[in-house]
Amino acid sequence: MKVTRLALALVLCAALPCLAQTLRIGLAEDPDVLDPTLARTFVGRIVFAALCDKLFDLDENLKVVPQLATGYEWSPDYKALTIKIRPDVTFHDGEKLDAAAVKFNLERHKTMQGSNRRGELAPVASVDVLDPATVRLTLSAPFAPLLAILTDRAGMMVSPKAAQAAGEKFSLKPVCSGPFQFVERVAQGHIVFERFANYWNKGAIHFDKVIYQPITDSTALLAALKTGQFDLIERMAPSDVPALKGDTRFRVAKIVEIGYQGITFNIGKSERAQKNPAGKDPRVREAFELSLDRDAIVQVAMSGEALAGNQWVAPTNSWYAKSVPIPKRDLARAKALLKEAGVPNASFTLMTPTTPDAQRVAQVVQAMAREAGFEVKIQSTEFTTTLNMADKGDFEAFVLAWSGRPDPDGNLFSHLACKQPLNYSGNCRADMDDLINKSRSTVDAAARLKLFEQIAAMEAKDRPIVYLYHRHWLWGYTGKLSGLRMIPDGLMRVQNLRMN
Amino acid sequence: MAAIASPVMATVPRELTPWQRALRRLVRRRGAMVGLALVIFFVAIALLAPWIAPHDPLGTSWSAVRKPPSAQYWFGTDEIGRDVLSRVIWGARASLLAGLVSVAISLSVGVPIGLAAGYLGRWADMLISRITDAMLACPFLILAIALAAFLGPSLTNAMIAIGIAATPVFIRLTRGQVLAVKVEDYVEAARAVGNSHLRIALRHVMPNIVAPLIVQATLAIAAAVIAEASLSFLGLGQQPPAPSWGSMLNTAKNYVDNAPWMAVWPGLSIFLLVLSFNLLGDGLRDALDPRHG
Amino acid sequence: MGDYLIKRLAAIVPTLFFVSVMIFGLQQLLPGDPAVALAGEDNDPNVVAYLRGKFHLDDPFPVRYWYWLDGVFHGDLGDSVRIQKPVTALILEKLPVTIELAVLAMTIALVIGISAGVVSAVLKDTKWDYAANIFALWGLSTPNFWLGILLILLFAVKLGWLPASGYVSPFEDLKANLAAMIMPAFVLGNAIAAVLMRHTRSAMLQVLSSDYVRTARAKGLDERVVVLRHALRNALVPIVTLGALQFGELLGGAVLTEQVFSIPGFGKLIVDAVFNRDYSVVQGVVLFTATAYITLNLLADIAYFLVNPRMRG
Repeated sequence: MKVTRLALALVLCAALPCLAQTLRIGLAEDPDVLDPTLARTFVGRIVFAALCDKLFDLDENLKVVPQLATGYEWSPDYKALTIKIRPDVTFHDGEKLDAAAVKFNLERHKTMQGSNRRGELAPVASVDVLDPATVRLTLSAPFAPLLAILTDRAGMMVSPKAAQAAGEKFSLKPVCSGPFQFVERVAQGHIVFERFANYWNKGAIHFDKVIYQPITDSTALLAALKTGQFDLIERMAPSDVPALKGDTRFRVAKIVEIGYQGITFNIGKSERAQKNPAGKDPRVREAFELSLDRDAIVQVAMSGEALAGNQWVAPTNSWYAKSVPIPKRDLARAKALLKEAGVPNASFTLMTPTTPDAQRVAQVVQAMAREAGFEVKIQSTEFTTTLNMADKGDFEAFVLAWSGRPDPDGNLFSHLACKQPLNYSGNCRADMDDLINKSRSTVDAAARLKLFEQIAAMEAKDRPIVYLYHRHWLWGYTGKLSGLRMIPDGLMRVQNLRMN
Repeated sequence: MAAIASPVMATVPRELTPWQRALRRLVRRRGAMVGLALVIFFVAIALLAPWIAPHDPLGTSWSAVRKPPSAQYWFGTDEIGRDVLSRVIWGARASLLAGLVSVAISLSVGVPIGLAAGYLGRWADMLISRITDAMLACPFLILAIALAAFLGPSLTNAMIAIGIAATPVFIRLTRGQVLAVKVEDYVEAARAVGNSHLRIALRHVMPNIVAPLIVQATLAIAAAVIAEASLSFLGLGQQPPAPSWGSMLNTAKNYVDNAPWMAVWPGLSIFLLVLSFNLLGDGLRDALDPRHG
Repeated sequence: MGDYLIKRLAAIVPTLFFVSVMIFGLQQLLPGDPAVALAGEDNDPNVVAYLRGKFHLDDPFPVRYWYWLDGVFHGDLGDSVRIQKPVTALILEKLPVTIELAVLAMTIALVIGISAGVVSAVLKDTKWDYAANIFALWGLSTPNFWLGILLILLFAVKLGWLPASGYVSPFEDLKANLAAMIMPAFVLGNAIAAVLMRHTRSAMLQVLSSDYVRTARAKGLDERVVVLRHALRNALVPIVTLGALQFGELLGGAVLTEQVFSIPGFGKLIVDAVFNRDYSVVQGVVLFTATAYITLNLLADIAYFLVNPRMRG
């Protein structure tokens, strides 16, 4: 009898793809809370991609595609969005994913204590269940970024039963509806997921287990890939790319991020803005921008692994305002502007987080600006402290990176609209606010782009933020791994990944 | 009166003071001498930096990013085109300062407190001892990190943080020596004669503790240089663009594959400097403690 | 002896009190508003307000300290805000890892340190003495993180003998666990070996010139026997008590080594918590390791006390 069973197993194994495969992913840092409502880091989203499916997803061109939803429809006045929900989807605990569950989740995102999704879903006034497979979101005003927002954590669905039962402790054992379910997590150690047998798209999953391990040191992370400890690593250091390029066992995948890296100036966040020439006088900021050679910055500081830019979206993005191109370096004009402003040796302090990227950029910028007469003082500050100081306006200039959101509004509104939480520059112009608000409620793409062009032109004149470049997301992976899709949000999807 | 010819003195071996005897023992220990020579070498480099560094340590050159050693750049260039040799030379200042200033802080705070604890006794001693125990019970690097984070990332703050975190060792050492000496006859005699506490502390107690303090201080300098490098690894030491071996090593570790010269020279320098202080400290301990001589 | 013991035990309470005040105070002094830091990228003002309320951040220092201390007496060390897990659970999770690393490091340190110390003492002032010295000292003379990276590049990348980093539970796979722990244990053990070598050398030199040993030599015993059986046994006592102290220090976390090798022990936990302003974690873990260290200290002293009179006799 034993032999028969063994034979049967072998036959079955030959007939079906025999899955004992584990996918090992190396992360550049440890994720935070594993609850989509409370989560607040980029790296957490990488893990969610395998654990929690969401209403919609993104493709390589940042187009919204269905995932847990099968379709959507805007009302004629764009104040209501009707979403059709995929039938036969269950959560990891067996509960059905229906309209009631979707309503529960959206309300949880909006009302739970400590929720980080509240701002994202603020324009959603109410959620109604039309039938078990249809929900309708009613908005207080047309809100163009909504669909894009539902492709991120705000669109992730957790099991209502599990959430209610676990309450505050839900994140210790999250229950979602993605291709993999939670097994265990050792903080800073590893996160283990195993295949969810009843996943609605199980044909696309070719791994039994996924294990994530954070390794904060980039040299050690690369070493772990090279020694076969990981199949895939994320956010490689730009300087490590040549090392892998030469090795035929591995590949490097790269794509321009949806975020940006730039220098934010305090032009009105606090009194400090008036105490330094760069904060006071837009001509000084113009001179500063003209003293920079963005291509050289990308070459030297990022080993070429970035794309120079001058707006909150990359030049390759469909929402980039082509009428506002990247200015070329012009030292002569920079010096002239400084002279005109009366400060031939303008000096200001550049608050720089102690991360390697920011430190390199700051040093390169300091050296370049010096050639125009600037005296940039680098003030290295621990990253956590920079957030605080920026929030209080206790800075003059700040090397700030933003991880990016799929809809350009996510890179624009909170940063440049008056008094918004991420508006560290203190930029406050009624005309720009007006345009930004209009751009949020304009659903027609062409009209929206025109608005962005106007905003970009305004921003480029005033320069509360001098955008510098958009990094490449850099993934290193074993050549045996196929099916990897590079999507600009930098998150790896596990669907259709296969080990050969 | 006829000048009296100076009498022929028999060559009597002069009585050597304990210090001179110790010095002799020190000189005989080869390891310590090598250590001393290296320390002097590095101090000289640090002092002469402005004259011997071939390039500006902060001078960047976009066309010379991560170039291997050549005639123009003897140690190669770093990730933004600066000369590694010049940065190593200037970095000697930061690393030596990290070692010397930290320990100076520890000594100037720790020794008086230790003296107070040992000499005053009773409540003062109890309070100081408990606080010292508490500081020693916290991991040294954690204390240093928390302090450096509190003060803000910079070389000066790193030195203060390391200095404070290393103080309890000196408090304990001083206190221990004071307690041992306090009961000696000559100290009791001095008190009987009416010397003030302060006078006794300075004239009788201090000379006895100098020896172990010197040894401990030398070894502490070695540890402090390492500590600065460790803090740099976490982004808390000397901040760019100013060079220090620790922060250079921290940046260079990401380029070990394609630009190993960036790491080799600062790494070797730290190693030699710390090794030499360790050798010197060990030699001093042997020399100053007759049981080992 | 009983007197001494009581005095030492009585000293523990005020010491721990100072530890708690010190580490609590340091945390609170760290610049920046922890609520903003923990609110993350989006900086939602609602989240910030919620966190401020939850962690009593608007209350004055002594009130906050009292809340925390009260929790400690009830066995509740608070929660990690970053991952919403109780600190006690985190400590229990990481304790075995830290202990294993400490034990392995101490073993390596004892082996290298004691043998180098014996060689150095017995063959004093010969080239073996210097060699042993340098051998033991080189571990103390290189920053941990640098040595760690060099070892990774050599043994993991170039030779492929060992994994680059990470940790596997010994209950899951003992071989993989040891393979992952050997390099970090070596990096840590190296530094301690130097300290142990020094003390072994001192203790051996002292014992070797003592009456006890002279008698043994006069009896005509083989030199090796003299050294190993008589001298070393006596010298071991102070060495072992020192070893216990070093072990206690290791419990405080091998901060940098764990960072480089990604070992999920106390060191990595504390450092990340300091930078993330996750106060409860730092306070809870440091209090725990300080208590362990003080206890080990006391045990070592008692052991020394107990063993000594008999030895001296």
